[in-house]
Amino acid sequence: MKNILSAAAMALLLAQMPPAAFAHDHSAMTGAEPAAAEGHEMGDTKAGELTIGNAFARATLPGAKVGGAYVTIANTGSEADRLLGGSTAVASHVEVHEMKMDGNIMQMRKLKEGLAIPAGETVQLAPGGLHLMLMGLKQPLKEGEMLPVTLEFEKSGKVELEFMVGPANGAGMEHK
Amino acid sequence: MMNYRAVRLGLWGAIAVLVAFLVYTYFYAGQSRRPDPVQLGSPFTLTDQNGAPITEAALTGHPSALFFGFTHCPEVCPTTLFEMAGWLDQLGDEGKDLRVFFITVDPERDTPEVMKNYTSGFTSRITGITGKPEDVTKLVKSWRIYAKKVPTDDGSYTMDHTASVMLLDRDGKLKSTIDYKESPDVALKKLRLLIAG
Repeated sequence: MKNILSAAAMALLLAQMPPAAFAHDHSAMTGAEPAAAEGHEMGDTKAGELTIGNAFARATLPGAKVGGAYVTIANTGSEADRLLGGSTAVASHVEVHEMKMDGNIMQMRKLKEGLAIPAGETVQLAPGGLHLMLMGLKQPLKEGEMLPVTLEFEKSGKVELEFMVGPANGAGMEHK
Repeated sequence: MMNYRAVRLGLWGAIAVLVAFLVYTYFYAGQSRRPDPVQLGSPFTLTDQNGAPITEAALTGHPSALFFGFTHCPEVCPTTLFEMAGWLDQLGDEGKDLRVFFITVDPERDTPEVMKNYTSGFTSRITGITGKPEDVTKLVKSWRIYAKKVPTDDGSYTMDHTASVMLLDRDGKLKSTIDYKESPDVALKKLRLLIAG
């Protein structure tokens, strides 16, 4: 019953919404959307066959011991690579995590084997899904600051990047 | 004559038994067809973010929104709490009776100080609740919230947990829920219904 109601409510909402408004939500969940392409306009870092851009982090709340950071990685080469993790001065370690919903239950897991970056594909880490988890934060991440993080790839090795710290709610960051 | 009366009495007796049986089965079947109202929540004595005791009485006399989460949570919890702060802003005066509670599923790490620090980053209208782990677990289970510790490689842990917001009426009874990533319009409609109810 509830499902039918919420489905009906969604249908109504979708009918009212301008297309742009709802493209927004989905860009966070999919890989090679226009939103990802926008990230290539500036501030991209090249490392071998990888083009890395759209690097941002969520500002953290007072006392928070963990932070989320996001990045878009395009593999223009013919061989797959793998994002293994990273490091930064402000956290004890950086892991690649996946958040997913199982019904109404939020689950978060470290990707033990790292994150595959298949040849010719773009992988987007974004709020609500894949993220870099900064664990054991030594200081809060403040909006507007730049956060240097070194990412580690299986083939491309270590890559230094600057992450822009955006608003703590992660809102609207998918398109920047 | 006597026989006649005996037969009549006997028949009336049989009818009485039949009627009693029908009445009984009717009510019995009626009852079993009607599902029991879901009993959610239980009395509790926990600690609010200011270190003061808080009980189930805090959930009555006004509409409430309950969210179960933890502060070592980079995604769902801050997003949901920010959304809740936004709903409160949008409701303005209309929502002045609504009280919002953030109940930790990780009482070992979420002390009152940690909770206060954390919720104050969103709005002063969210009250954090923590307490003795066994008491918190009891409350969490009574609301049928799923919460499970998942160890991480560094010897620490994260929590899988239900991410829905529970909306309670003035009697502290569950009225509806807002799911994670529910559209703001639907969330606001549900809150307005709750407040109006």
